Amino acid sequence: MSTEPAEPGTESLLEAKDLELWRGERRLFSQLSFSLGTGELLHITGVNGCGKTSLLRVLCGLTLPETGEVSWRGQRVMRNRADYHAEMTYVGHRESLKGELSARENLSFDLQLRHASSPEDIDQALDRVGLARARDVMARGLSAGQKRRVSLARALASRARLWVLDEPYTNLDVPGRDFVDQVMSEHLATNGLVLLVAHQSHGVTGGRIRQLELA
Amino acid sequence: MEVPGLGQAFALQVGRDMRLAFRHLGQLANPLMFFIMVTTLFPLALNPSPQLLEAIAPGVVWVAALLASLLASESLFRQDVDDGTMEQLALSPQPLALMLLAKTAAHWLMTGLPLVLISPIVAYGLFLPQEAVPVTMGALALATPILSLIGGMMAALTVGLRRGGGLLSLLILPIAMPVLIFGARATDLAMTGMESVGAIYLLAALLLLAMSLSPFAMAAAMRISLD
Repeated sequence: MSTEPAEPGTESLLEAKDLELWRGERRLFSQLSFSLGTGELLHITGVNGCGKTSLLRVLCGLTLPETGEVSWRGQRVMRNRADYHAEMTYVGHRESLKGELSARENLSFDLQLRHASSPEDIDQALDRVGLARARDVMARGLSAGQKRRVSLARALASRARLWVLDEPYTNLDVPGRDFVDQVMSEHLATNGLVLLVAHQSHGVTGGRIRQLELA
Repeated sequence: MEVPGLGQAFALQVGRDMRLAFRHLGQLANPLMFFIMVTTLFPLALNPSPQLLEAIAPGVVWVAALLASLLASESLFRQDVDDGTMEQLALSPQPLALMLLAKTAAHWLMTGLPLVLISPIVAYGLFLPQEAVPVTMGALALATPILSLIGGMMAALTVGLRRGGGLLSLLILPIAMPVLIFGARATDLAMTGMESVGAIYLLAALLLLAMSLSPFAMAAAMRISLD
């Protein structure tokens, strides 16, 4: 189960080699290798429970695979977490928001750990995802779709090179989905990388799009 | 891209946790209420004669303080792991050990420090001699952060379990014993008019040990729990 190496002409940044992961008695995947270069999107698909999220967590450096390694810019991720995480942002299937903090406070904390970000940056990101009026609402008062938008705003404002998106379309309305496609396209156009787990097909245009189906 | 420095990240985390704590004060007051309740129940249940209370005061104060911080450590990381913010923290470019130390520091400020501050009143209620009060406060100020750090380590280890509460106490209590022994000893020595500085120094040494080593243990345990 491996996809072809990055196409010539792109700089390969993320590399996975011979990944194998077990959950209990079940082998989720083995000998999984790929590399992802600038301006590329890897669309990971597969049936429920086949290990898509587990794969993403391995690629993020949250889960340790049984064998194999993930490297970023030629350096092993597990050895250089700080460097890797400075260039990566993760939108998980949980929104990772504190219910008692407003959308703005939530983002302000997460982003200031990454880089010096002004309140304007955060407001701008929230405006872009269409939450200009809900900035100061406590996160627990937001709808599921709005929460998802806040976590997308976090990715937008993170200035990360690699976006790791786990089902970013969940709970979003049709314009919201189009918006996700649009920002992914823009990110690819500026030489970003996207790892996308999604059941449905995406509408990303431009960039190099590759598929990985987990069985 | 310039990643903010460690001091700034530490301050941010403490600030956020304090703000969160102030937004639901009820949960915060729990360990403190427990501490006050236990120490006031003893005189009610036992014979309230000053001689008896004075004799048991060091033990009661220290056992109540230990149990109160045990109660508090359960909630240290639970919410963050449940709502996924811990994941984001583990994926931030800041060292996880530092961030967890900051969380523990904030937690101590909200649960341990009030206990230290209220202890003179509690001591007064238990007829603890006045000359022992400053020593008890000082010893509690050293001991409660140690208990928070031990609690943090064990909470990070058990937070991945659905019902880790019982296990948590089993893990914390044996390691917290020296703190209880030296702390109660410090109060005891001060009551009898002897030099209690030895016990205080030992507590200070334990605090330094806990502060320097526990953040790394916490981070390693947390990564296992998040796996």
